[in-house]
Amino acid sequence: MTQAVLDRPVARERAVPRRRRAGRGTGYLFLSPWLIGVLVLTIGPMIASLYLSFTDYDLFDAPRWVGLDNYATMFTRDDRFWHAAGVTARYVGLSVPLKLGLALAVAMLLNRARRGAGLYRSAFYAPSLLGASVSLALVWRAMFSTGGTADRVLAAFGLDTGGWVDQPQFALLAVIALAVWQFGAPMVIFLAGLKQIPKELYEAAELDGAGALRRFRSVTLPMLSPVLLFNLVLETIHAFQSFTGAFVVSSGRGGPSDSTLLYTLYLYQRGFTDFRMGFASAMAWVLLVVIGVLTALLFRGSRRWVFYAGEGR
Amino acid sequence: MTRRSWGWHLLLVLILLVLLYPVVWLVSASFKPAEEVLAGLSLLPSHATGDNYTQVFGGVAGYSVWHYFANSLVISIGAVIGNVLSCSLAAYAFARLHFRGRGPMFGFMLSTIMLPQHVVLIPQYVIFQKLGMVNTFWPLVLPKFLATDAFFVFLMVQFIRALPGELDEAATIDGCGPVRTFRYVIAPLLRPALITTAIFTFIWTWNDFFSQLIYLNDPAKFTLPLALQIFVDQTSQSAFGPMFAMSVLALLPIGLFFFAFQRYLVEGVATSGLKG
Repeated sequence: MTQAVLDRPVARERAVPRRRRAGRGTGYLFLSPWLIGVLVLTIGPMIASLYLSFTDYDLFDAPRWVGLDNYATMFTRDDRFWHAAGVTARYVGLSVPLKLGLALAVAMLLNRARRGAGLYRSAFYAPSLLGASVSLALVWRAMFSTGGTADRVLAAFGLDTGGWVDQPQFALLAVIALAVWQFGAPMVIFLAGLKQIPKELYEAAELDGAGALRRFRSVTLPMLSPVLLFNLVLETIHAFQSFTGAFVVSSGRGGPSDSTLLYTLYLYQRGFTDFRMGFASAMAWVLLVVIGVLTALLFRGSRRWVFYAGEGR
Repeated sequence: MTRRSWGWHLLLVLILLVLLYPVVWLVSASFKPAEEVLAGLSLLPSHATGDNYTQVFGGVAGYSVWHYFANSLVISIGAVIGNVLSCSLAAYAFARLHFRGRGPMFGFMLSTIMLPQHVVLIPQYVIFQKLGMVNTFWPLVLPKFLATDAFFVFLMVQFIRALPGELDEAATIDGCGPVRTFRYVIAPLLRPALITTAIFTFIWTWNDFFSQLIYLNDPAKFTLPLALQIFVDQTSQSAFGPMFAMSVLALLPIGLFFFAFQRYLVEGVATSGLKG
């Protein structure tokens, strides 16, 4: 009880010397760039875009209130919206697991530290820095065009697919390949996580007669699960907002036949080509809600598979 | 070397070759004569030529490639200065100073890391348009001076919290207020975090396409990514050579940063989960 009284903020407040209190204003002073930024560029615009999502707005005339029209159009009458949502679901659903799977596999390979592991780590990380550029997207466009590298290599294996970027059934795969190519960043994070697992756990498992697969399932995966969750959440949020690759590969159109029309690409077209800013704002809010719900579900579901050492489950 | 270690190296080198193939392909394509660029798997041009480079130095869409290079550089350097200054100030306040509302504000700051930029995109565009700043570099640089890249604030807060509090106390006893404590005690110690912030800000801004696409529409203001994108849509297949020459030039600073700072880059990702 006494302790509780002592811990009350008011009680502590009195003990704070005068000097510190003078520092209060200084706190806001240091924080002022961030405060202005948050008010003018984050909170203000968030409220504004929520408002705009209920209006018809073309940037030139004043916004006209239309209620739920944008949302109604989006969900019931706009085929391209659902198409873009489907393309994005396929993109996220394929690129994230492939990227993380490859990242984990290579990280485990590198974790058997031998000479040169650091060098490989840096080299594998490099695509994560280069892959977001327009330059690499252009390379992808050339390599996956008809007669390009990918076409010829596949043909040599008897798979005559033609150029991926020219065909609706393959174009998205080329964009996904560009994302998976950048597996280096999550790999570095996995590697840091793997280094934290105590060697004794593996030794004990081996003494108990656990094979390589069993050690992976019963030691590596549970010990690494918090890192896996972190990577999963980060990459999922990131993938939903992917833009450059699909834009460049399809010259901004999302083709062929809308096969690479990612959600963000459609949002861009609606907002900045058709100047339907109200509709684009509504799309942005739907995106925020979807990402938010999905992240919450990932965290909720993670209670079943993420193991925090020291929590003594 | 043992036999197992040979197998290990062989596997990794194999992965490395597949992984680096597109980059090597790009560099090689930039030195190929026009008719060879798309044809053939060969990484070696039948005869290397600098023609593609001469052409982009001469002019793309009316400007030499250096013009776009300079534009990209101005924006990237502006962003670096903005982020280093504003994020370190905010981080010091969050990590060390006491003021009302610190907890909730810190929580909000963290949540903005995950916020998709699309939610603020259109009103921000309207603001900059009303200010007459569309088609200038301001919309790309100004937000950085307002600590909008919350991730770096978080990175620095973590770093400052790890510094021993006795340093601040000693400075206070010596008569330093918060301003001088920041300037002479915290800022110098914060250098590794500032360098990480500077490198990643530079690379991300240099590579950024979406914001530049939205805010810049006059070729005189174009950056390298925009010029590249316009270039590819205006030209026929025969001009792919110069396009790849320009692509190589666009990747050059990133390559240099990578070789100079790979330790910082990889460690930055490993310890803080930067997305890279």
